[in-house]
Amino acid sequence: MTALTAILIRDMRIAVRVGGGALIGVLFFLVVVTLIPFAVGPNLPLLKQIGPAILWLAALLASLLALDRLFAADHEDGSLDLILTGRAPLEFVVATKGLAHWLTTGLPLVIAAPLIGLLLNLDAPAEITLVLTLLVGTPALTFIGLIGAAIAVTLRRGGLLLAVIVLPLTVPVLIFGVAAANTVGPVPFGTPFTILCALTLASLVVGPFAAAAALRQEME
Amino acid sequence: MAIADLANPTRFLKFADRTIPWLGGLTVIVFAYGIDQAMLAPDDYQQGATVKIMFLHVPSAWLGMLGWGVMSVAALGTLVWRHPLADVAAKAAAPIGAAFTLLCLVTGSLWGRPEWGTYWVWDARLTSELVLLLLYLGVIALWRTVEDPSRAARAAAILTLVGAIDLPIIKFSVDWWNTLHQGASVFRIGGSTINSSILIPLFIMAAAFTLLFFTLHLAAMRNEILRRRVRTLRLMQASAVS
Repeated sequence: MTALTAILIRDMRIAVRVGGGALIGVLFFLVVVTLIPFAVGPNLPLLKQIGPAILWLAALLASLLALDRLFAADHEDGSLDLILTGRAPLEFVVATKGLAHWLTTGLPLVIAAPLIGLLLNLDAPAEITLVLTLLVGTPALTFIGLIGAAIAVTLRRGGLLLAVIVLPLTVPVLIFGVAAANTVGPVPFGTPFTILCALTLASLVVGPFAAAAALRQEME
Repeated sequence: MAIADLANPTRFLKFADRTIPWLGGLTVIVFAYGIDQAMLAPDDYQQGATVKIMFLHVPSAWLGMLGWGVMSVAALGTLVWRHPLADVAAKAAAPIGAAFTLLCLVTGSLWGRPEWGTYWVWDARLTSELVLLLLYLGVIALWRTVEDPSRAARAAAILTLVGAIDLPIIKFSVDWWNTLHQGASVFRIGGSTINSSILIPLFIMAAAFTLLFFTLHLAAMRNEILRRRVRTLRLMQASAVS
């Protein structure tokens, strides 16, 4: 257990120090959201209508940002070999690294979302549902992304491939996340929200196992 | 000859060489009969002659899904038994499955133009078929990015299996999201809603498409084995020179 705690603390330190990139995700999130009104026009009712969708899409892209370095950096400096030969089960290590990634990339997005939502004219109920859906849904994005990060670990330009193989897999999360976040639509909040929870729980199980399997295969 | 003997690539090549002409010939015959039956089938009272597109559209949709199934079985072979022939089977199936999926999308949009008045709608089935195509292209991109074939095979195998888990979820979430496409009409509880005058040619065409898939798959596997041998020979030659 101490090994996992050590990995968690180490990964979070790396993410917030120089060369990390934890807060760049939030900045990217803000930049993407700022660009949208330039593209669709500063129409406040329209922005209010599509606001949750924009924020979800921006969060999806932002959570991909640091993902390609998650295992690749460890592979380059040799610490991945240590992790693979260590006694801690690889699945747990991978899940811990995913948790660290979410705490430094996903959680800041969830915290920043209500402020950025103000730019898109979201009212209080919409803000609350948005934060709830992002809080529940962003772990799923991280843990699905883990699989892609593990598959692309030895590739020199893994980032682009990562996006191409991970984004189609996140379609269900996006659908139910936005459906739950849309307060104006005909759909009640509870149904899509519970399915979103289910998707997150499923990805918490499938993600680490698939990623660990990929790492074992890649690192032989 | 036992099935296990085919695990040897040389024996497999011999088997493929002997089988491909017969399988190809059978494919041509079944296609000839199927197309003939499809052309003789009556026009639909609403859709007119455009119903003929369905004889290409529905089987290619099935085959697009079968392609992922073949890849998933091969992925298990790659991960569990580490068999190079399973790698070859998975790699050869990806472009064929992608081609059938694309064919399904193209014929569907050609049918949609006169029937629904548009080439594309963001309907549930169309969208999940499009996501399937994207997943196929992602796997092909992965195959083309990793240089070492057996490493590429293992990475692609994991992606294939994750995709196999995710595809039903995508299918059901997209169904829930939006729908215009008609529901299941061929296989459903209480029997098919399609008249037998159209259903029988449809099944013949489906059989022809399946035969075509396996002919192409065998040929592509043969090519891939030969390509790997050429690669190995070149590597040996290069190391001999240096």
